[in-house]
Amino acid sequence: MILGRVVGNVVSTIKLPVYQGYKILVVQPVNDKEEPQGESVLALDTVQAGVGDTVLVIDEGNSSRLIMNNSTAPVRTMIVGIVDLIK
Amino acid sequence: MKLGKVIGNVVCTQKVDSFQDIKLLLVQPLNEELEEIGDPVVACDTVQAGINDIVFYEGGREAALGLKNWFNPSDLTIMGIVDQVNIGE
Repeated sequence: MILGRVVGNVVSTIKLPVYQGYKILVVQPVNDKEEPQGESVLALDTVQAGVGDTVLVIDEGNSSRLIMNNSTAPVRTMIVGIVDLIK
Repeated sequence: MKLGKVIGNVVCTQKVDSFQDIKLLLVQPLNEELEEIGDPVVACDTVQAGINDIVFYEGGREAALGLKNWFNPSDLTIMGIVDQVNIGE
């Protein structure tokens, strides 16, 4: 799992049916000091995160498929938590 | 998933059987500000994207799962067409 910050959202009408009903957010990966690191990625949102939130992101297909309860979903990156505090 | 812009198509007659009837598109990767990053890549299309469309695509095993026939060697598949990218509040 990685930490990231939500920087925006993506609107898409035409997409694979399995993506329907999920919000797509733009996530900038951050390090432990919450400084931006690397290139941004798009992630499906499962926790109603919003712009500015620090979030917990999984970037692994099998974990995402497990969360979606769909063993064949072509989804890899997912937001699975909103971070309150990093000590 | 990553953002990209369709900049061309690739015609390929001789290809593996599992790629039959699959459209191949040339995609320029973009960052969240829609600025070009890196070199163009070839991706399989599932959503009838066209030239100049902004799309999002997935790589790895998920790329193969995006096509109808899962047993295929795709490592980049377009999953949707982007209408709008909003950055900031």
